[in-house]
Amino acid sequence: MSIAKLDGGLISTGAEWTFELLERYDHAIHDIAANEFGLDTYPNQIEIIASEQMLDAYASAGLPIGYPHWSYGKEFIRNEQAYRKGARGLAYEIVINSDPCISYLMEENTMAMQALVIAHACYGHNSFFKGNYLFRQWTSADAIIDYMVFARKYVMHCEETYGSERVEEVLDSCHALMSHGVDRYRHPTPLSVAEERDRQREREEYAWRQYDEIWRTLPTRTGAAASQKAAAGRFPAEPQENLLYFIEKYAPKLEPWQRELVRIVRKTAQYFYPQSQTKVMNEGWATFWHYTLLQRMFDKSQVDSGFMIEALASHTNVTMQRGFDQRGYGGLNPYALGFAMMCDIRRICEAPTQEDREWFPEIAGGDWQKVLDFAMRNYKDESFIGQFLSPRLMREFHLFAVADHEDEDDLVVDSIHNEHGFRRLRRLLATQYNRDQLLPDIQVTQYERSGDRSLTLRHQRSRKRPLAEEANEVLRHLARLWGFTVRLETSDENGRLESVCEVRS
Amino acid sequence: MSIIIDRRLNDRNKNAVNRQRFLRRYKEQIRKSVTDVVARRSITDMEQSGVVNIPIKDISEPSFHHGGSGGDREYVNAGNREFNTGDKIPRPTGGSGKGSGEGEGGDSEDNFSFALSREEFMSLFFDDLELPHLVRNALGETRDFKWRRAGYTPSGVPANLSVSRSLRNSMARRIAIGAPLRRQLLELEAAQAAEEEIEAMRARIERIPFVEEVDLRYRHRVKEPQPISRAVMFCLMDVSASMTEDKKDLAKRFFTLLYLFLSRKYEKVELIFIRHTDDAQEVDEDTFFHDTKSGGTVVLSALKLMQEIAVARYPSDSWNIYGAQVSDGDAFGADPEKSRACLVEQLLPLSRYFAYIEVPDQADRPSPLTHAYQRIDSDRFAMKSVMARNEVYPVLRELFKREATV
Repeated sequence: MSIAKLDGGLISTGAEWTFELLERYDHAIHDIAANEFGLDTYPNQIEIIASEQMLDAYASAGLPIGYPHWSYGKEFIRNEQAYRKGARGLAYEIVINSDPCISYLMEENTMAMQALVIAHACYGHNSFFKGNYLFRQWTSADAIIDYMVFARKYVMHCEETYGSERVEEVLDSCHALMSHGVDRYRHPTPLSVAEERDRQREREEYAWRQYDEIWRTLPTRTGAAASQKAAAGRFPAEPQENLLYFIEKYAPKLEPWQRELVRIVRKTAQYFYPQSQTKVMNEGWATFWHYTLLQRMFDKSQVDSGFMIEALASHTNVTMQRGFDQRGYGGLNPYALGFAMMCDIRRICEAPTQEDREWFPEIAGGDWQKVLDFAMRNYKDESFIGQFLSPRLMREFHLFAVADHEDEDDLVVDSIHNEHGFRRLRRLLATQYNRDQLLPDIQVTQYERSGDRSLTLRHQRSRKRPLAEEANEVLRHLARLWGFTVRLETSDENGRLESVCEVRS
Repeated sequence: MSIIIDRRLNDRNKNAVNRQRFLRRYKEQIRKSVTDVVARRSITDMEQSGVVNIPIKDISEPSFHHGGSGGDREYVNAGNREFNTGDKIPRPTGGSGKGSGEGEGGDSEDNFSFALSREEFMSLFFDDLELPHLVRNALGETRDFKWRRAGYTPSGVPANLSVSRSLRNSMARRIAIGAPLRRQLLELEAAQAAEEEIEAMRARIERIPFVEEVDLRYRHRVKEPQPISRAVMFCLMDVSASMTEDKKDLAKRFFTLLYLFLSRKYEKVELIFIRHTDDAQEVDEDTFFHDTKSGGTVVLSALKLMQEIAVARYPSDSWNIYGAQVSDGDAFGADPEKSRACLVEQLLPLSRYFAYIEVPDQADRPSPLTHAYQRIDSDRFAMKSVMARNEVYPVLRELFKREATV
């Protein structure tokens, strides 16, 4: 069925691309991806754009449409400036987690680059979006574009009706809380009235059947009763970690349109929630597949060596890992780490060493396609690294962990890539990708519904780490949304209260 | 199969709106930076577009996150060559721990810098400046119109619909059309006609429409020419020998900014350039800014010339007259006093505003001219001194700040 197959041999030579060629490459890549490697993808929608449009897409974090806000202007100016100065090249593509999966290709790319990008985005990222559990659980690919269209219209409508200053105030405040505006666990779906009634009746019947006069004669402990009573009066009964959700539902002073704005920001934050936790895996997966698919095309003589050299040059740039003491070191490169891990898993399956057999008995010598597919579907960065980072890779990357402890005068090298350090190093690296470790634990503990309507948050410090000073500013934003006094209690690991910071509205 | 779409012809500037919002929000910070930029520029590129810098902390968006230092943490880094477990590394100075694990990339610049277009630059620059006490006093050559009410018309846009007028017409029409029918109805009832006939007649009355096209009246407005403000600015510059190159540079900077401001903001402002040593002469723009001349100092000569030109060419009943004088104030003998007298008695009554900018040798020692001018008590007179390049623009802003009530 593939055109390339029918023609046989090279698809094209030279750097120029045409729409017809794009289509033929896409056919060829799709053929290999779907039929030889069994990648399951959403249908693709490939859009060719110019560099200015790429800058536009950057500003809104890749979404093709967004509501107007000055912070996007800032992002835009920042990117534009970096690009003009030549400090930063543009990404070759942007891909959106939607159904159909939209990928942007830049018109400046050569044919080889376009093919690489198609393999990377339209088959790599695309299959990741479709397969990974976080994306499946938290995003609905078919609805996101429509939702953003709605959000944009709604925000603009609010600006017309209530003035852009008031809208901007709400959005600014919501953006400040965005990182604490996502659900990490699914809420149970609310019960219908009928279900509620059934349950109520069952409980009553049960209580009635269990009723026994003798229990009434037991003396009650007064202290316990009092504390129970206090707990019952507390609202919310359980601490709530999704601050934006709590505001949307309970903020006493917000008008309906303001609540809807809070909701829009919350939904957007939730949409990006899986992305931030699968950066290494997602990029590693896509990079692995563009590498593998293009190699396969070369093996089938569909592309020439000039094409491969160009593709590999760009591939190498992307997957370069600098050492900590080299210029331009920006931490671990997710592309490099992800790609290396994906390749390493394949190697462990195909040609395991004795070490691999000890470390990965369950996958060593297995079917690499199945193992990779399983890893892609069921892991996020933290668990992926915790599970699959091999000693061999730690040696190759020369990984080492530095401990920065408050009580020590110096930084101490905690562990390095040696026999003693492998396990600890792997655990530390996995923790580094744990979102819950990166973000401070701040939850709503109390809303004085019948009193002064003040809101109390609790920040439980983890490992004595303090909040950045900006926290006060964020609190002021929170107070603006809440409309009444807001206070932030800080407690140590054991829950002992250390300090309270209050913002009166 | 995949769909391939060419989007290159779509909108390219989706973020223009967001960019404008950003500029509007941080106007104050950007303007501060513009001031710095202008101080560094040569006079000839004063008008160009430019790169501005604003401190990144002013525009950062806050969020809850861990502080840079304090507490316990570990980072995993790549590229170890020399370290072994337990090695100690001195804590890097500068407070923050090495945040390499947080993927901050290379964006740790302290300043957010970006380019403004020429248009944006200039509008920020001269925003909120105006000529004080400007009076609209002459018709003719006018570009200014004002809308004035002029009764009602039967056609117009819905926004201008006059509801009360329209309903008045509607009521009149209903009364007028309904009158004969009601009369017939009364006759029928008096004659005790058949029930159906009476009902039919009632129905006919009911059917008269409440509002018809012909009832509608719209508020009518006409354009009326407005008297416009004609203004003339006299630029008086001292080019005597005591004015060193530095001082002249300051003076020229001031006039350049003034010139840009006026030519940008006001279409109808004429500029008269007067330079003086011991003898004043009217020169053209080019000579004023670029030609060199030197000699002694008689300030009075320039004031006299200004007065002569004003009287001869710009009658003060139809012109707003402004003056700006830059000098080092190094005047001799009776000159300062005479100049003061001339200014107070002859020029100020003619003018709307007169600004004197001194470029002194030393900040703390008032020059003879300043000494004399200090005694002028008039809200039409303002005096400032400028010592360095970066003071020029703030002084200009101060002198021509928009008044609170316009």
